[in-house]
Amino acid sequence: MKTPMTEARRPAGSTLVAHGILAFFTVLALAPIALIVMNSFKTRQAIFGSPLALPTPETFDLIGFTSVLGGSNFGSYFANSMIVTLVALAGTIVFGAMAAFALSEYRFRFNAVTGLFFTVGLMIPIRLGTVGILRMMMSADLVNTRTALILVYIAQGLPVAIFVLSEFMRTVSMDLKNAGRVDGLSEYEIFVWLVLPLLRPAMVSVAVFTMIPIWNDLWFPLILAPGEQSKTVTLGAQVFIGQYVIDWNSVLAALTLSIIPVLALYLVFSKGLIRGITAGAVK
Amino acid sequence: MTASMSLDSLTDRDVSAVRRPVRWHIAVFLAPAVLIYTVVMVLPLVETLRLSFFQNIDHHQVFAGLANFRTLLGDERWAYHFWNALGNNTYFFAIHMLVMVPLAVLLAALLSLRRLRGGGFYRTAIFMPTMLSFVIVAFVWRLILSPLWGITPNLLDALGLRSWFAPYLGKEQYALTALGFISVWKELGVPMVLMYAAMLAIPDEILEAAEIDGVVGISQFFKIKLPLLWPTVGVVAILTFVSNFNSFDLIYSEQGVSAGPNYSTDILGTLLYRTFFGAQFQFPDPHMGGTIATMMFLIILAVVCIYLFFIQRKLVRYQL
Amino acid sequence: MALIDEKVETMSKKRLSISVLAAAAAASVMSVAAAAPVTLTIESWRNDDLALWRDKIIPVFEKAHPDIKVKFAPTAPAEFNAVLNSKLEAGTAGDLITCRPFDVPLTHFQKGFLEPLNGLKGMDNFTPVAKTAWTTDDGKTTFCVPIAAVMHGFMYNKDIFAKLGITPPATNDQFLAALTKIKADGHYVPLDMGTKDTWEASQLAYQNIGPNYYKGEEGRRALVAGKAKLTDPQWVEPFRMMAKWKPFLADGFESQTYPDSQNMFTLGRAAIYPAGSWEITGFNKAAGFKVGIFTPPVQKAGDKCYISDHPDIGMGANRKSKHVAEAKVFLEFVASKEFAAIYANALPGFFSLQKTPVEMSDPLAKEFASWRGKCDSTPRPTHAILSRGTPSLEDDLWVKAAGVVNGTLTPEAAAQQLQKGLDSWYKPAAH
Repeated sequence: MKTPMTEARRPAGSTLVAHGILAFFTVLALAPIALIVMNSFKTRQAIFGSPLALPTPETFDLIGFTSVLGGSNFGSYFANSMIVTLVALAGTIVFGAMAAFALSEYRFRFNAVTGLFFTVGLMIPIRLGTVGILRMMMSADLVNTRTALILVYIAQGLPVAIFVLSEFMRTVSMDLKNAGRVDGLSEYEIFVWLVLPLLRPAMVSVAVFTMIPIWNDLWFPLILAPGEQSKTVTLGAQVFIGQYVIDWNSVLAALTLSIIPVLALYLVFSKGLIRGITAGAVK
Repeated sequence: MTASMSLDSLTDRDVSAVRRPVRWHIAVFLAPAVLIYTVVMVLPLVETLRLSFFQNIDHHQVFAGLANFRTLLGDERWAYHFWNALGNNTYFFAIHMLVMVPLAVLLAALLSLRRLRGGGFYRTAIFMPTMLSFVIVAFVWRLILSPLWGITPNLLDALGLRSWFAPYLGKEQYALTALGFISVWKELGVPMVLMYAAMLAIPDEILEAAEIDGVVGISQFFKIKLPLLWPTVGVVAILTFVSNFNSFDLIYSEQGVSAGPNYSTDILGTLLYRTFFGAQFQFPDPHMGGTIATMMFLIILAVVCIYLFFIQRKLVRYQL
Repeated sequence: MALIDEKVETMSKKRLSISVLAAAAAASVMSVAAAAPVTLTIESWRNDDLALWRDKIIPVFEKAHPDIKVKFAPTAPAEFNAVLNSKLEAGTAGDLITCRPFDVPLTHFQKGFLEPLNGLKGMDNFTPVAKTAWTTDDGKTTFCVPIAAVMHGFMYNKDIFAKLGITPPATNDQFLAALTKIKADGHYVPLDMGTKDTWEASQLAYQNIGPNYYKGEEGRRALVAGKAKLTDPQWVEPFRMMAKWKPFLADGFESQTYPDSQNMFTLGRAAIYPAGSWEITGFNKAAGFKVGIFTPPVQKAGDKCYISDHPDIGMGANRKSKHVAEAKVFLEFVASKEFAAIYANALPGFFSLQKTPVEMSDPLAKEFASWRGKCDSTPRPTHAILSRGTPSLEDDLWVKAAGVVNGTLTPEAAAQQLQKGLDSWYKPAAH
């Protein structure tokens, strides 16, 4: 239960300043995106003739969207992106939290070494191992499957997840955990019922910034899973960029459409963030 | 809970020493992560690093010891590109630390103000650039900064600053700075969210106690909130460092694989990609590429170790 | 005893029946496998051509060969080389590979990724010259079927020229005079080129006007043989010409990308556009005015003219593919006259490399092709042999040429640096 706070009197001016600053950065953040969305609804001449103008009845043109949605398998690309992102995300957070717990909670012989081992993954881009990864997926017969992508993204996301989560885990009270042990809870139960709930804001933060590179990644879908059945949305949008000819309407439409799912996923997680914070305040 | 008084001084080791069984749970917790990580990430990377000790002589792989490293640091062309990339990367990182981190702290502080209405909206809005793919970011900023389609020139004109305009992305002296700011624009969301989560984790009791003592507003921020935030700032700093020194996608999407104009935006990531995978007509050299990767690894490892062993230990972590 | 004999007999009967069953099963599996259609995948960087292959070319082939299905699976051009190299190394590349010309596929062939095509039916539809881009240095083995060449020149907006009373220039002086006149008028950008996409400065500028200075094939061969250097006057002059272009380019051209250049021209904002013949299709559709072309200006009136006529696209078979035989069947089709006719007419500006010329319907394409009669052809000098090392001359030229146009590099310095890079690995004696 939150104790009612004695709200110190804050001058109205400072709230105004706060809103002013936040509003400025909001405009700075949103204006460029609005530019793309706006122009995706215009004809090609209008895009370059007056890029800042809103689409008017004369310049309004849905041709980009029709060719993107009608001419290709965008539905299945979306589904693939969703599946790969969500499963990889779940894997990263669950396995990452488990490993972070082990590293931050227990003293054992290989603790520091294991920690450093995972830190190595922070330091080199996983892309460097592409040829090796590709050969491995080939021999495991996983080329052109979503599974290959999921495994790669989990491996990619684990170092950061473990790094951030173990940092937050160190702030969980030792008393709480020891009380749990005294009460007869197993380590697993302590992990699931005592520690994880307190980490919800951190886990949601990790989720949010882990899912974005996965959703937007072009490289691994291109190399590991370019087949029709496993193609992701980001890869699918590339078809409109030719060597000498760029189908501008379609490119802008594809870019606009690709923003929507990430935004939706963020909003979903964002709600969880709020709930987690208010629940976590109860100790 | 009187028992807790005497248990306070017990450590986990003592507890487990009493019980004496093998602590399987540690292995269970670690197993899935270690397995996937080792097989999918570490082994292929080791293979790549191994390449840096070999050379390709007439289509045969020949062990070359440290020859590739000597070439990278000693040969005129290679050394120029390497040091150029390293210098650019450092500058790029400096922009992030000096611009992005203070901004993230500022915005997180404002967002965590009690009584602030519309916080959720602001947070989502300012986070949106982070959600975009690099393709979109590169595309939209190229459009905005384009001298032909006239957005930036007109905007600066309206502010009376027309003389400030230049084709930034095409000029050697401005391109990297412009890209640094674009990168900050895109990446601001993550540090902001991390700081925000950390600020929310500060218990109300502490803030209430401060307010009772008359410490409010900006003073409260600097005296109470910021000191509690240093560990998070540390995390953000090291993550930013690693991210910058591995960075590639933005510059690749915006300036192409040669990181023009005239390599002024070439950073370690683009140099590596160009060497390892080849450019338009440049054939790939996995051996020199592996060498560059090894150097990158060593540089980042050195800095991370310094951080972990010297700085992080010193950060006071309060158990809240 | 009898029991044992019986057992042996039943055993051998069993064995016999099992082996009969096995044979029957194997036979049926094999026949099923033979009957199932093989699907071939084509790797390419030509996203632009997706519809052409899917709707015009592949159906013709599949009709004649119902047991072979073909899929055209392009990758975005910026990623193509890197991705293809990775896939070839790991063995996941498609069955048919679209080949860039000269050094790149040669290296692929030497690494064992491309199938030698010497006996392929239809290979004699091509002249030896056409095949040089896809043949080993000793001339013995060809590894890609030539498909098309592209040519370079200058396109111009006929309406603007008419309005300002300008005729297409033939010499450098006339060229600069025309640019000056357009600039004085003030309404249009005289020369439409940017340096953000550095390849424009290399391919559409230096290697476009260059042949007139270094005398086409004569100069190129001398360079490869080591008898000429990039620092020689005939190789530096094109840079000096390019350095004069800056005042005639659009404001902020350093940030002007290739799509920007295209858009500026088709929207009628610019007068002259250094062009490759591949623009024909796109400009026909997008330009609201009549497009004209002229050859790169010569130094003095009456000089012999040279044009960049560059074999650009070929197709080879992936040696590690499981369906090399079927891939070769497709390549026979690619080498056929039928294919050439479809391709050249669907993509005017990509000129067939076959001996028998293809009847083309597009007027601009016909005009481009007529240049082969007037001027001597030469491919881009940097692509053959000189891009095999590090740094590749072509990639290096992109950066230096852009620098010259930008004014950040003098022509002499550019030539010096290029020659230095070349000298660091290239030994002409071997060639």
